[in-house]
Amino acid sequence: MKFKIVVLAKQVPDTRNVGKDAMKADGTVNRSALPAIFNPEDLNALEQALRIKDQFPGSTVTMLTMGPGRAAEIIREGLYRGADNGYLLTDRAFAGADTLATSYALATAIKEIGKCDLIIGGRQAIDGDTAQVGPQVAEKLNLPQVTYAEEILSLDQKSITIKRHIDGGVETVKAPLPLVITVNGSAAPCRPRNAKLVQKFKHAKTITEKQQGNLDYTDLYNQREFLNIPEWSVEDVKADVEQCGLSGSPTKVKAIENIVFQAKESKTLSSSDKEVEELIVELLANHTIG
Amino acid sequence: MENYFLDIPEYKHHLHHPLMKRIVELKERNYTDQEHFDYAPIDFEDAMDSYERVLEIMGQICTDIIAPNAEDVDQNGPTCSGGRVTYAEGTKQNIDACIQADLMGMSMPRRYGGLNFPVVPYIMAADLVSMSDASFQNVWGLQDCASTIYEFASEDQKKRFIPRVCKGETMSMDLTEPDAGSDLQAVMLKATYNKKDDCWYLNGVKRFITNGDSDIHLVLARSEEGTHDGRGLSMFIYDKNNGGVTVRRIENKMGIKGAPTCELVFKNAKAELCGDTRLGLIKYVMSLMNGARLGIASQSVGICQNAYNEALDYAKDRKQFGQAILKFPPVAEMLSLMKAKLDASRSLLYETARFVDVYKALEDISNERKLTPEERKEMKTFSRLADSFTPLAKGIGSEFANQCTYDAIQIHGGSGYMKDYPCERLYRDARITSIYEGTTQLQVVAAIRYVTNGSFLKQIKAYEELSVAPELSGLQNRLIEMAETYAKAVDFINEVKNKELTDFHARRLVEMAGYIIMGHLVLQDATKNSELFNSSAHVFVRFADSEVQKHAQFIDGFCEDDLAYYRK
Repeated sequence: MKFKIVVLAKQVPDTRNVGKDAMKADGTVNRSALPAIFNPEDLNALEQALRIKDQFPGSTVTMLTMGPGRAAEIIREGLYRGADNGYLLTDRAFAGADTLATSYALATAIKEIGKCDLIIGGRQAIDGDTAQVGPQVAEKLNLPQVTYAEEILSLDQKSITIKRHIDGGVETVKAPLPLVITVNGSAAPCRPRNAKLVQKFKHAKTITEKQQGNLDYTDLYNQREFLNIPEWSVEDVKADVEQCGLSGSPTKVKAIENIVFQAKESKTLSSSDKEVEELIVELLANHTIG
Repeated sequence: MENYFLDIPEYKHHLHHPLMKRIVELKERNYTDQEHFDYAPIDFEDAMDSYERVLEIMGQICTDIIAPNAEDVDQNGPTCSGGRVTYAEGTKQNIDACIQADLMGMSMPRRYGGLNFPVVPYIMAADLVSMSDASFQNVWGLQDCASTIYEFASEDQKKRFIPRVCKGETMSMDLTEPDAGSDLQAVMLKATYNKKDDCWYLNGVKRFITNGDSDIHLVLARSEEGTHDGRGLSMFIYDKNNGGVTVRRIENKMGIKGAPTCELVFKNAKAELCGDTRLGLIKYVMSLMNGARLGIASQSVGICQNAYNEALDYAKDRKQFGQAILKFPPVAEMLSLMKAKLDASRSLLYETARFVDVYKALEDISNERKLTPEERKEMKTFSRLADSFTPLAKGIGSEFANQCTYDAIQIHGGSGYMKDYPCERLYRDARITSIYEGTTQLQVVAAIRYVTNGSFLKQIKAYEELSVAPELSGLQNRLIEMAETYAKAVDFINEVKNKELTDFHARRLVEMAGYIIMGHLVLQDATKNSELFNSSAHVFVRFADSEVQKHAQFIDGFCEDDLAYYRK
């Protein structure tokens, strides 16, 4: 029994170590001040995929990430831990994507990769905290989804049993394959990089990386096909450019400001229509929503 | 700290030494493995880059898993029931992480599944492991027993056992018995050859066996009936899958509590001979012990590093009389001396590791082809340097580990005496380093011949020829004067020709040589990287000078008749 698994991963600014200059004056994230890391919950997702590969030899794990050129690091990090290959979705036309445009791009790329049994990603990315991309990918591919997964309990050719982390407890669910899974941070941490794989894949590069700067070991890329990380553009995944990037993103950021949550500001509402309506009006008025 | 390897810049400093070029070239046979293994290096830079990246993985595992588990491992430790050992939960996690990362057969050749790392980066990984949890070094570091199989076993045995070690099966070296500790010639565990089965059977008891319930054991046993000395002993490989060895109990130790120390009962345990009969002790164990001693030297350095970190953090935080205690001269001096001893013993450790690397790599090559006369000469030189430096690195390094952990508690004051801080664990862990794999006294026995035959002095003279940064020339002159004092003491001992007197002063003489050598090494470090090592160079040379003078004065004012007061 073998499974074909795609792992969705994102390179994010390390918002866990936010310094003074984390935000620019215009309210956008100052990406150069924050180290770029593998989104933590995507590492939990990768571990789940690798465990399936351990358990069912012959299974394959394919990394998929969308981002600028330097996001190729995410593919390498996957390869260092046991992923078989990976694709970097990168194109100016993908830039500025919100969750809708991102999930569209990822879904088209997954179609391009071909038939797979499982698509596994982290619950959410620490830069946006939306938790929307995984579920949207599932909808666009017309696949069922299990979110907040904590552990895969069993797996066979047709179905999978998953323990989910839900409010106030856990829930065990059974789902058919193919399936999209988003993994919660409470799942097993990702395994360390492997010494042999790091040495094997450390020279793996995308074509753009190879074109930049001095390329050592040129011959190696012809001899060792696995060192070439494929880059995919909008055209490569046959995506509709209108649905990609900024043009495909209905989300508009009006402003960003620092908010300090204070417990005393909480209020309790009854479920009456009147109070809910008042809340909507209030939230619209102070631009929390809308 | 986020990654011990990346956050402690001393590691990269010691990894990048001019001699590495030669070591890697020898170890990689001019980079020919790349045709067969996709993880083999392409050239020198590529190899060094790989060492760094792999040590970064080890640093990450140490920081994220091994160090956080250390306290729990110390408190709960392994257990023994039904003749089998169960590791502490943390130890299990540590092993699993090292297996997942493929860090279990680091120095073994790639054709057996290893990483083919030289001794230097392997020992650096041991240093990192030891600073995280000294007791885990006793489990992880026993992978080095595979070197003995690699060097002396048959090709068939290598093919069967070494890949298993690389995949994570653990090892042990079963040498000590109730009546054979430092004196291994007294080993009595009986090996009997059975013609019908064409194999050996082991019967008897072993004691104090570190990681004694391992998967693959190297066992020293008496194969020659009727013999009573070392020449009747042979080395055997026992595979746990064959059964016949049970753990009677595990010791309740003072420190390194995470490492199970076992009493083993061999009852008709099927085993296979490793190498030739009768060479077990005189050849194989000697080789095994040299590797093990380097391992203990790295364990000592790792413990020193941890003790220094703990003491420094505490001294920065702890306020008395209105300021951090770090600001008080007696505390600052203790910390400075700890750091100087740490830097000096680490420098000696990697110098020794480099010597071992050149000599072992050439020795290995000599099994494939005839060495050139230059290579033979090179091998001889480095083999002697390795043999003379190993007991120094182990002997002095382990004593420094004891001193540094003592001072770490002192800096913590009353709090250090409580179980609340890691320094008390480090103190207990350090205590064994100057005892096992040959006590400090036995390291002195191994090293004294290099005092009396002039080897150490010759090497000291070689160090004196190296240039140092202009601002360090005063310290270099001081070391040159110290060498003159040392040479005088050696001449005196050689002239008197009294074995008892030589033995009596042996430790003093070995320490003098060792401290002067370490002084030169730290001076070289400070020349290359003033920011990291300048203070330690100044502090260590002063310390060494006062010790050398002290010993010289003692030897000078002592006559043969005075020995009578010391006889018991």
